[in-house]
Amino acid sequence: MIALSDYLVVSAILFAIAVAGLVLNRKNVIILLMCVELMLLAVNTNFIAFSRYLGDTAGQIFVFFILTVAAAEAAIGLAILVVLFRNRNTINVEELDHLKG
Amino acid sequence: MSVEKIIFYVFAAILIASASLVVTTRNSVRATLFLVLCFVCSAILWMLLEAEFLAISLVLVYVGAVMVLFLFVVMMLDVDYAALKSGFVRFLPLALVVAGLVFAAIYSIVSSVHFGLEAYATPAAHPAEYSNIKELGMLIYTDYFYPFELAAVLLLVAIVAAISLTFRGSRERKVQKPEWQVAVNRADRVQLVKMAAVKKEQAAPASDAASE
Amino acid sequence: MENIYLAVVLAPLIGSILAGLFGKQIGRAGAHTVTIAGVAIAAALSVYVFYQHAFNAAPVYNATVYEWALVGDLSMNVGFLVDNLTAMMMVVVTSVSLMVHVYTIGYMHEDPGYQRFFSYISLFTFSMLMLVMANNFLQLFFGWEAVGLVSYLLIGFWFKRPTAIYANMKAFLVNRVGDFGFLLGIAGVLMYFGSLDYYTVFGKAPAFAAGNPTMELFAGHPWAVMTVICICLFIGAMGKSAQVPLHVWLPDSMEGPTPISALIHAATMVTAGVFMVARMSPLFELSETALSFVLVIGATTALFMGFLGLIQNDIKRVVAYSTLSQLGYMVVALGVSAYAAGVFHLMTHAFFKALLFLGAGSVIIGMHHEQDIRAMGNLKKYMPITWITSLLGSLALIGTPGFAGFYSKDAIIEAVHASTIAGSGYAYFCVLVGVFITALYSFRMYFLVFHTKERFGESHHHSATHHDDAHHGSHTHGHAHHEAQKPHESPWVVWLPLVALAIPSVCVAWFFTEPMLIGDFFKGVIYVADNHNTLEHLREEWHHVGGAAGFALHAVQTLPFWLALGGVVAAYVLFVMMPAVPKKIAEVFSPIYKLMHNKYGFDDFNQAVFANGSVAVGKKLWHWGDMTVIDGMMVNGTARTVGRVAAQVRKLQSGYLYHYAFAMIIGLLVFFTWLYFAR
Repeated sequence: MIALSDYLVVSAILFAIAVAGLVLNRKNVIILLMCVELMLLAVNTNFIAFSRYLGDTAGQIFVFFILTVAAAEAAIGLAILVVLFRNRNTINVEELDHLKG
Repeated sequence: MSVEKIIFYVFAAILIASASLVVTTRNSVRATLFLVLCFVCSAILWMLLEAEFLAISLVLVYVGAVMVLFLFVVMMLDVDYAALKSGFVRFLPLALVVAGLVFAAIYSIVSSVHFGLEAYATPAAHPAEYSNIKELGMLIYTDYFYPFELAAVLLLVAIVAAISLTFRGSRERKVQKPEWQVAVNRADRVQLVKMAAVKKEQAAPASDAASE
Repeated sequence: MENIYLAVVLAPLIGSILAGLFGKQIGRAGAHTVTIAGVAIAAALSVYVFYQHAFNAAPVYNATVYEWALVGDLSMNVGFLVDNLTAMMMVVVTSVSLMVHVYTIGYMHEDPGYQRFFSYISLFTFSMLMLVMANNFLQLFFGWEAVGLVSYLLIGFWFKRPTAIYANMKAFLVNRVGDFGFLLGIAGVLMYFGSLDYYTVFGKAPAFAAGNPTMELFAGHPWAVMTVICICLFIGAMGKSAQVPLHVWLPDSMEGPTPISALIHAATMVTAGVFMVARMSPLFELSETALSFVLVIGATTALFMGFLGLIQNDIKRVVAYSTLSQLGYMVVALGVSAYAAGVFHLMTHAFFKALLFLGAGSVIIGMHHEQDIRAMGNLKKYMPITWITSLLGSLALIGTPGFAGFYSKDAIIEAVHASTIAGSGYAYFCVLVGVFITALYSFRMYFLVFHTKERFGESHHHSATHHDDAHHGSHTHGHAHHEAQKPHESPWVVWLPLVALAIPSVCVAWFFTEPMLIGDFFKGVIYVADNHNTLEHLREEWHHVGGAAGFALHAVQTLPFWLALGGVVAAYVLFVMMPAVPKKIAEVFSPIYKLMHNKYGFDDFNQAVFANGSVAVGKKLWHWGDMTVIDGMMVNGTARTVGRVAAQVRKLQSGYLYHYAFAMIIGLLVFFTWLYFAR
């Protein structure tokens, strides 16, 4: 039988990989966005696992909404990215330092 | 070892491997494709958890729509991805340390000590006529109706936002505009300028200079 | 009666407002008409009031006419207290003021500030009346400050002249010192008696003083409360009545036009201190220490300011020092509890000193704005009326038997002689020597101005003095200084007041000595403790010799008469017969001469210590306090600190998104760990 902790550990590994990805790909905004998607995936997996093992379908509803928000986020994030590239001709985060005081 | 367990371990392994490749590969297109693989593997894991609707929609919505969008963007933008990968090795130790710490922190909570089979026995599988979609629909259209509508509006806003961000104005086409042509009058086209019939003398040197 | 009192006060005020605010519309003649009318009404009514009080025994009027403010239990009122003392002061103030008003028509005649001047002197009359008619300390203080203000305005009347501005600033500042003491005294009265009303305070004072209360301004040094209050009040009087060491402003106030010197700086305002102390006699009688203090200050002023009169060459300054000296006499009288004598001397002095000042003004007009007495001489030939009236004024001043000054001054000397309080021996010596000095400087001036050979037109007169009225009227008589210039008698508006003032200077004492000094004119107004009754001896003697005439004859046997006579003779010898001798004396005693020439160094001391001291302190505060602490540390320091902190903090704000993202991850990690282990 597959234990709840198995799913949770998988998603924990997934989340840790995503964090490592954030640190590693500090220049490429697209990969950063992907890492965020990975994190959300880990979180969603957690939700569904708990929903299954606790017998509460509400967890799936949460995932449903998270998916919706994540889709919207991805769309807007990518749109911003496109505009950014048009204006600055780069998506290198290191060159995006206009916030610097 | 049951079939389910084999499926779980195989796809969990593929999931973790492809996730690792997403963050480490040099090619963004490849990274996107590995991410697609991640989603597919996750969807199978979700199937194992009897969340069929979400698993299907993950594949349809994410793999079918969002990931295609990612691919579009990656391919559309002319980016020097190799340059963006520089400093990868330098940050690898830091990344491993941070990831290790995060995993350790989470693992200390979610390990089998707290969430093992003893604490949460595997629930019995649903009967064959059980419909996950119906179950979700019951909840969404009753208890979560209001958030559901909000989500709909959110998606609409996202569409509008994405378009307005990237919209560059309508293109001007070179076609005739008959209504303008009809509405034109003489003053728009002809201008009468009053000039002296004979040029004055002082203009002569200038014309001389011009002829030279 | 209340309406009359109100009319007395308000008539000059209305005149002042009309002349001041509508001076342009009503013109010069209009201005002097309304103000003189106002003051004339006040004078006439004052005489009526005086008559009612002095001869018809009108009841003492003490009532509030207007409640100005109410703070807690303290009610601040405008009210009048009219008794014999007030009535007398009202007559003195309004009559001298009326004379000065008339005189001003001639004196200021072509001055561009004609209306302004009339407005000021009427305002002064109003203020002075408010002061003397007050029935509470607050109104007294109002009048006190108002006369100070008008004095300030009038000293600086010719505001284009730097010396006048310097002088009025000086008068203002020195009076602030005195007023500060006065205010502390009033505050003390309010604190210990809980009221500002005269009668309430006077009623409570004896019982209060019987408990011998003390206060500790410095820990471990208990002071009698009454002494502190009285000395504080007297410090106010010292400022206003120009007593040593707060006298320095009075000689400089001669920068103002001469009518002002006569009205404010001789006859009325400077005597406000004397009046105030006399009014406060129920308080002063309770503290012998304060009386001794008053006595010593007064005696010092009487003698040493008289000395200074000897070496002055400016005609107005001679009279000014004489005023200082006479004020000293009045204060001496207060010190020995002979308040009646002090106030009586105040009255006689008001007349003859106003006369002398106006006479000096007349001389100045006649001499075409020459003020140096060394440039005058033999004016009796050209200005007979001025000559006669000035002679009468001088005789009154030195105390010639039969003249007004004689009775008042003799009463003071007798009272000092009879007094036993600490310092009375010193005071007696001072007032006796003062008699001689008074005669000497008065007749030095008199001889130099009206007798001896004519010296005008000689060259030296430009060097020594400033020309007081130099710009005023651009030479009133339309011709400039030059050698052939002969003095001439002044117009009638000028000499009429001289004559009008000469009459009381001679004879006022014939009628008022008896009731004021001997009788009980001031009964119930001035309180004298039984053991301070220094006028008792005078009364016995008065009855012994049989009234005013006998008293005058008897004076021939007394020391003051011979001292005064000696002064006159000495003046004649030194300045008429042997004019070279004074110069010799000055050379032989040059250190003393120099000391006196520097006015004992009061001015230098004030300049060096207070003026330069405060400038130095101010500079120090400016450099250190303002520039270093406030500008340097507070203002720029704040900016610099913020800048320094920000320079460090901005390194955190790299602007790189991944730094922020990394910070978020680390924060999340730490938060999780803390949550986990803190469970």
